[in-house]
Amino acid sequence: MVNREVVGAHYGLRDWLVQRVTAVIMLVYAIAIGVFVLFAHDANYEAWQSLFSMTWVKVLTTVTAFALLWHAWVGVRDIWMDYVQPVGIRLTLHVLTLVWLISSLVYAVKVVWGA
Amino acid sequence: MTTRTVKFSIYRFDPEKDQKPYMQDYSVELDSTDRKLLDALVKLKVVDDAISFRRSCREGVCGSDAMNINGKNGLACVTDIDSLKQPIQIRPLPGLPVVRDLIVDMTQFFKQYHSIKPYVVNDTPAPERERLQSQEDRKELDGLYECILCACCSTSCPSFWWNPDKFVGPAGLLAAYRFIADTRDTATNERLDNLEDPYRLFRCHTIMNCVDVCPKDLNPTKAIGKIKDLMVKRIA
Repeated sequence: MVNREVVGAHYGLRDWLVQRVTAVIMLVYAIAIGVFVLFAHDANYEAWQSLFSMTWVKVLTTVTAFALLWHAWVGVRDIWMDYVQPVGIRLTLHVLTLVWLISSLVYAVKVVWGA
Repeated sequence: MTTRTVKFSIYRFDPEKDQKPYMQDYSVELDSTDRKLLDALVKLKVVDDAISFRRSCREGVCGSDAMNINGKNGLACVTDIDSLKQPIQIRPLPGLPVVRDLIVDMTQFFKQYHSIKPYVVNDTPAPERERLQSQEDRKELDGLYECILCACCSTSCPSFWWNPDKFVGPAGLLAAYRFIADTRDTATNERLDNLEDPYRLFRCHTIMNCVDVCPKDLNPTKAIGKIKDLMVKRIA
């Protein structure tokens, strides 16, 4: 019997770190939007539209959407890794998750940057 | 001098006789000196000598009599009978193969424990007397070295239930940090390499079941957090 040393796969830290960093980005965005909603004099359609016509709001929204995608990818993949052992089913779920998340991101970008 | 009767519902399984495990009801007469759950189980063994469970030191040091008591893992020898709702439901530690009744096969648990090399690694020439530590360095080991390996924590951890072959588990990770934190140990880098893995360390999702059940009031989640901190510092 080959006696192999137990050694880590040398990854996993980045995903863990990414989940924390993206959480901070989402928190900042949530606070910014929350402050706007609370303190805007008239939170009507025009105010909302003028807020989202500013480039920095579009950029922050896009960055947050990307952070959400990455955060969700790490989290959902963790769920599949925890509970789904058969490789074929797990790979299928991973691919479907990626397709779903990337589609959502593309759609979010279209909504934010579209006319 | 009987003072009270206590009702039990106990998980029974004898692989040589039983197709499936089942719960069996008992009631046992206790004396005023019977305070801990283990006292009652020993009395119960007189009523039905087929009931099997591990026990040794009967004072929370050996870690043999870990079991699932009313749904929560704990040591029978340090659990007050009167604090428990009756009938007291006793089951084996969850997630490990049952050998018989309340006895589980701990092989997987100890495999993970051994995988983190639970001993000081130091290749520098040994001094004439022992390797010394400052009092501050020694303090870092408090809350780590006290672990008795009863497996209450790891068998209350869902990540260990789903991946006992790949996830080190809270007990193993607490021990890992005990040697990472030891200033006499020179293998910190190798130890972090050993744990930098989506399964071995990062299956911990910080739900803290381990902290909730530890009969020695240790905090594996905190130790796991410190391991992650050291990994981040290593790449920063």
